[in-house]
Amino acid sequence: MDTWTLAGKTLSSRIIVGTGKYASLDQTRAALAASGAEIVTVALRRVDLSSKEPTVLDAIDRKKYILLPNTAGCYTADEAIRTLHLARELGMDELVKLEVIGDPKTLFPDNTATVEAARRLVKDGFKVLPYCSDDLITCKRLEEAGCLAVMPLAAPIGSGLGIRNPHNIRLIIENIGIPVIVDAGVGTASDAAIAMELGCTAVLMNTGIAGAKDPVLMAEAMRLAVDGGRKAFRAGRMPRRDYANASSPTSGLIE
Amino acid sequence: MSTSIDVVINGQPSTIVHGTTISVLLDQLGLGERRVAVERNREIVPRAQHASTILAAGDQLELVTFVGGGL
Repeated sequence: MDTWTLAGKTLSSRIIVGTGKYASLDQTRAALAASGAEIVTVALRRVDLSSKEPTVLDAIDRKKYILLPNTAGCYTADEAIRTLHLARELGMDELVKLEVIGDPKTLFPDNTATVEAARRLVKDGFKVLPYCSDDLITCKRLEEAGCLAVMPLAAPIGSGLGIRNPHNIRLIIENIGIPVIVDAGVGTASDAAIAMELGCTAVLMNTGIAGAKDPVLMAEAMRLAVDGGRKAFRAGRMPRRDYANASSPTSGLIE
Repeated sequence: MSTSIDVVINGQPSTIVHGTTISVLLDQLGLGERRVAVERNREIVPRAQHASTILAAGDQLELVTFVGGGL
């Protein structure tokens, strides 16, 4: 079995999915199942005191999925840390997705604040998965801070632009010793396959699934693409050549 | 005799009965069964202390839970 481990848990799925932007809780449930994910992300917000509707927690079977609370919407290290302490109070494991946003238009991470928050969270006993730029030095600092993985973006959050800089992702994978999980920018199945072919340990996505016309079918497509990309990475692709190289025998041709 | 006090719940000014505990407040808001974390004046009040924590005038409360979200 081609498994990986995170925070002592053995995982066979290499897709982590968000639970936002679905049309309904039923669709959320069906898409999560089709994706094969074992880890799903959730956000922390004020309770809606005017609504008695079921919440996302009602759609997620806690026996089946590991919940990964995120800090989406936090613009400072302090806000992110405060949010994750509240998540811990809600009974989560220590595994958390840290994001400290630097700008509302691009949602690019504030890498400096992310490193600072990661250091403090690790000291507080959290197991930190940080969203960051596809920047090797930032990833090294996050590794030194004690993060369990790094999660560089492939493209802006929710943009669906795919792997904009595969070379940077590959450099990160080659030069750090913790899992690399592409987080943000995956728009369709081939993007997920490329991330895995580069050697990423896993891929995290939300809008790529929830924003499809048929999210449940796209969830399945993403599962298959992640699986295919991973197998291709393990198989080791053929070298690229500039010119043709016939795959039928060149001798014994009729004259 | 019960007097009332003013507090702020999730940004909304609210009036509650003096002596109300966090547990009682959550029940009154219909959140007794829900998974809710409570911050009082920016300090987390652990669930085990909800029943013994009596709210004071001017308290700022944040009641939070998980919602769907990805990145």
